Amino acid sequence: MKSPLPESGAPLEHYVSEAAYDPTSIENDAAVAGPMAHASQMQLMWWYFRQHKLALVSGIFLLLVYLSILFSEFLAPYNLHTRHTESIYAPPISVHFTRDGSLVRPYVYGQTMTLDMTTLRRNYTDNLDDIQPLRFFCRGDSYKFWSLIETNFHLICPATDGQLFLLGTDRLGRDVLSRTIYGARISLTIGIFGVLLSFVLGIVIGGIAGYRGGVFDMLVQRITEVLQSIPSIPLWMALATIIPLTWSPLLVYVGITVILSLLDWTGLARAVRSKLLSLREEDYVVAAELLGASSKRVIGRHLVPGFMSHLIASATLTVPAMILGETALSFLGIGLRPPITSWGILLTEARSINIIALYPWLLFPVVPVILVILAFNFLGDGLRDAADPYK
Amino acid sequence: MFRYILWRILTMIPTLLIISALVFVIIELPPGDFFESHVAELRALGETADLAEIEMLKERYGFDKPMIVRYAHWLGGMLVGDFGYSFEYRLPVNEVVGDRLWLTILVSVVTIAFTWMIAFPIGIYSATHQYSWGDYGLTFVGMIGIAVPNFILALVMMYLANVWFGTSIGHLMDREYFNQPMSWEKFVSILEHLWIPVLIIGTAGTAAMIRRLRANLLDELKKQYVITARSKGLKPRKVLLKYPLRMALNFFISDIGSILPAVISGAEVTAIVLSLETTGPMLIKALQSQDMYLAGSFLMFLAFLTVIGVLVSDIALAILDPRIRFGAGRHR
Repeated sequence: MKSPLPESGAPLEHYVSEAAYDPTSIENDAAVAGPMAHASQMQLMWWYFRQHKLALVSGIFLLLVYLSILFSEFLAPYNLHTRHTESIYAPPISVHFTRDGSLVRPYVYGQTMTLDMTTLRRNYTDNLDDIQPLRFFCRGDSYKFWSLIETNFHLICPATDGQLFLLGTDRLGRDVLSRTIYGARISLTIGIFGVLLSFVLGIVIGGIAGYRGGVFDMLVQRITEVLQSIPSIPLWMALATIIPLTWSPLLVYVGITVILSLLDWTGLARAVRSKLLSLREEDYVVAAELLGASSKRVIGRHLVPGFMSHLIASATLTVPAMILGETALSFLGIGLRPPITSWGILLTEARSINIIALYPWLLFPVVPVILVILAFNFLGDGLRDAADPYK
Repeated sequence: MFRYILWRILTMIPTLLIISALVFVIIELPPGDFFESHVAELRALGETADLAEIEMLKERYGFDKPMIVRYAHWLGGMLVGDFGYSFEYRLPVNEVVGDRLWLTILVSVVTIAFTWMIAFPIGIYSATHQYSWGDYGLTFVGMIGIAVPNFILALVMMYLANVWFGTSIGHLMDREYFNQPMSWEKFVSILEHLWIPVLIIGTAGTAAMIRRLRANLLDELKKQYVITARSKGLKPRKVLLKYPLRMALNFFISDIGSILPAVISGAEVTAIVLSLETTGPMLIKALQSQDMYLAGSFLMFLAFLTVIGVLVSDIALAILDPRIRFGAGRHR
């Protein structure tokens, strides 16, 4: 048997391929090329992003939640301010699907309220004789859809003359589930608008600093450093107290959005600046300049697409901070004010420890807060990993 | 080294000046002043305000002078330890604040120590066991820690602590020690109450730090020198301890600059919910009643605390990392 290795000290065999030289051999090699070699940057990013399952799921979840705020009135069983004075602090009720061992249309039991005269607590018990089947795609409280069309169409309604408090009611007898669905409108948009505003500020200020350099750059650098070193919540608190009590709720909403974004542009400005500085030295930018591209074209065609994906990723990661900030400010009573309803406002109902002990279901709005913040974090992580597909 | 520390301290001065200007503008922005709202409040109660005293205070604090003069006055006062006058308490700010500053520092420092103790081992574990069940589980718990608002956590913890351990609700010490001078018993009582706020404030910071430590350590572990060390036969444990961990440690110390503002922010909200004897509850009251010097001093103090924290971490980093020590003086 011949050893695969040559004898010690013997010269190595010389090998020459007989085939004709093909300059496109690598491009045509299926094992190397494949679809990857021809994919555009967006395609590559999408492929990388798709591999991040958690980010994908989070993205779809957020898309659904944001879609839902278009149809809050339809999705919520009751209107935002509908009060049920006969069921104050009613606990969540459970939906039953079977009766006498067979599957029936989902139903709930009617509730009977008794007042405990010593503790003055309302006790609710199931009234087993009063079976209230749920209705779907039904007529309920009337509302103006998108303030345009007068209608009363809902996804789910209680039985006629029945009640349906899937997550209980608050101190005025308002349905917690409906209010949470409506609260998404304010809580979710405040984060997005705030980020958009700080996005604009960050790109403009960071862009000028990175492109111009010099004194302006130094000034921006110092200001960002200072703003990042100040604890944000105390500063937000101080800014929030500036909003006069006489402002209308809508103006307060705008004011809070501006306040939240005023401190958050620094991170984005920094990212823009450093990215601009590093990308300016890249070969392809130099090549574009040598080919005679104007600086407008260099920025618009070559630089901005280069860092946009990074920016979107880091913007996604700042949305949760804004949503939490709004929640905290509203909870402390210096953010939004009723009748505007956000998740933070809803949580102020659960401000004292007695409420948590007696009516824990008022804490429910914290569940969507947690889910949305988790989803934004996962989505941001996925986007960040996918943002640079060529690494 | 000495030059670096000196230079680093000198750069604090412009930073603090900018912060003080910012704080002053913010506390000046709300329309009206404390006296207007105070007089209106007294009128509403049917009492007459002591206008002479108010005039005197107004004049003493230069309410008729332009803003820049008042700013200079305020700044000059702070330099010699006079933080102004709290109109609501009718006492100098120094006396109103009292212990609260120290308790805030105590809570912050203990929280950071707690954060480090938890985050360090977990971060290393997550990085060395990437994509294991332990990594996923710990990451998930950490994300929950980031996502739950501090104030809700505070409320729930307060409730649970009361139900399970019978700890008195809220506050940083038992009632009998309020306004008492520091004593051993008071100290013990503070320690008994301290763990709840520390746990609440620490969760978000800990989770964020674990994630950053994991990412940094993973980057380090992929580098060629680690592969070289492994391929020449060094034990994994020794490789980890000898090189990447030391690199990650630098980051660990510099990270104090980014978690300190978060810790202080969280501490404010938590303190308001738990009514701790720290700066939080008093700050929000001062802000709402436009007690401007009190509010301004608190904001200034919180900013100062962060700046000092970053300074300490920078100096520690310079001691640990020769690249910073030798590079900094020339570069920056």
